[in-house]
Amino acid sequence: MSAGQLPVAAPSGTWPMFRAMVGVGLACGLIIVSAYLGTKPRIEHNRAEALAAAIYDVLPGAVSSATFRWQEGAGFAPLTAESGGDARVHAGYDAEGRLVGVAIEAAGMGYQDVIHVLWGYSITEEAIVGLKVLESRETPGLGDRIEHDPAFLENFRRLDVSLADDGQALRHDVAAVKHGTKTNPWEIDSITGATISSKAIGSLLDASASVWAPRIQSGHESLEVKP
Amino acid sequence: MSGHPTPSTTDEFLKGLWRENPVFVQVLGMCPTLAVTNTARNALAMGLATLFVLVSSNLVVSALRRFIPKEVRIATFILVIATFVTVVDYVIQAISLDLHKALGAFIALIVVNCVILGRAEAFASKNGIRASVADGLGMGLGFAFALMCLGVVREILGSGTLFGFPVLPGRFQEWVMMILPSGGFFTLAGWLLLFNWRRQRNAVREEAS
Repeated sequence: MSAGQLPVAAPSGTWPMFRAMVGVGLACGLIIVSAYLGTKPRIEHNRAEALAAAIYDVLPGAVSSATFRWQEGAGFAPLTAESGGDARVHAGYDAEGRLVGVAIEAAGMGYQDVIHVLWGYSITEEAIVGLKVLESRETPGLGDRIEHDPAFLENFRRLDVSLADDGQALRHDVAAVKHGTKTNPWEIDSITGATISSKAIGSLLDASASVWAPRIQSGHESLEVKP
Repeated sequence: MSGHPTPSTTDEFLKGLWRENPVFVQVLGMCPTLAVTNTARNALAMGLATLFVLVSSNLVVSALRRFIPKEVRIATFILVIATFVTVVDYVIQAISLDLHKALGAFIALIVVNCVILGRAEAFASKNGIRASVADGLGMGLGFAFALMCLGVVREILGSGTLFGFPVLPGRFQEWVMMILPSGGFFTLAGWLLLFNWRRQRNAVREEAS
């Protein structure tokens, strides 16, 4: 069969191709920007609501919260629109305005992807008093049990993160141990079938508490009064 | 469609919904079919998101079919599809962050769902707007229906619930495997078996009559 027998369409010129790609690209850009701007207030509202709910979840007794920023040398200062920065904590207050504890965001590598959590810290007890998984892609039915398994979450009702005598480091490393072998208040009883996810929670809490517990203990006076 | 030289809009719609169902007959779009059908809610949300992208991209591709030169058609189709996927991504985040979290990366992966690019290339780029929208609606609803078939079975057997409400007696021991990837393969195989058995039976009956 020769090429002459087939109806071969003539190649398009450069201008029609350019016009189509640029035209469609511009229109698509407009649609995306409009969708982004249209949904932005609602998405930010949802995020703020989810974070507030998580703060009250990990700090039992808290009914209001305020966000503070940490600066090396200057300590904690209320977060303002201009200050920004990632080093921030959320202080929770009870109905009388007394400081209940501090909620801290932390992240660490899990089995599938990075796990983002919020943990509650009690200044008086020097302990983790609540944990909420904000984002994880752990295996459904196995690893994702770190999010809602009651026995696992029981670990974080009072998990010891007290400081050593120098006030600079944790007295004991927080670590996940094999299911049923927890003997100390700084150990996490792992979930059978979700060992890697449980260990990931242990190491990310250890890393985060090692940084934040000394900071909060040394500078908690600035957090006592709600801004 | 060779037997129907000018198929009606209804034909185009029903074709995707049942006769040429993208999942059960064409076996396309397996990635979301297996990955996000662990609950009925996730399956429904993914089905509706894909339906929206499919109808919108079919509409735009059909409307622009004379304007897009063949050399750049695939790039342009992907651009159109990716735009609607981004819109869906924002809309789902605005509706519910939990739902967005549950669907994870699979929302973004709708861009490479071969059902969508397949319909844009094989149908919308060669047909009018009405027929293309009907085709998108049929294929999209057919895809959503198939995802629901898997999601309902997997959630009931894997968690003992349907849309989060308990439907099986408390003493029922959940088959955790059903909400894991292997459960997706088993459930899909079961539905494919049922569909193929039914098609073969109908074909035999037609021949006999």
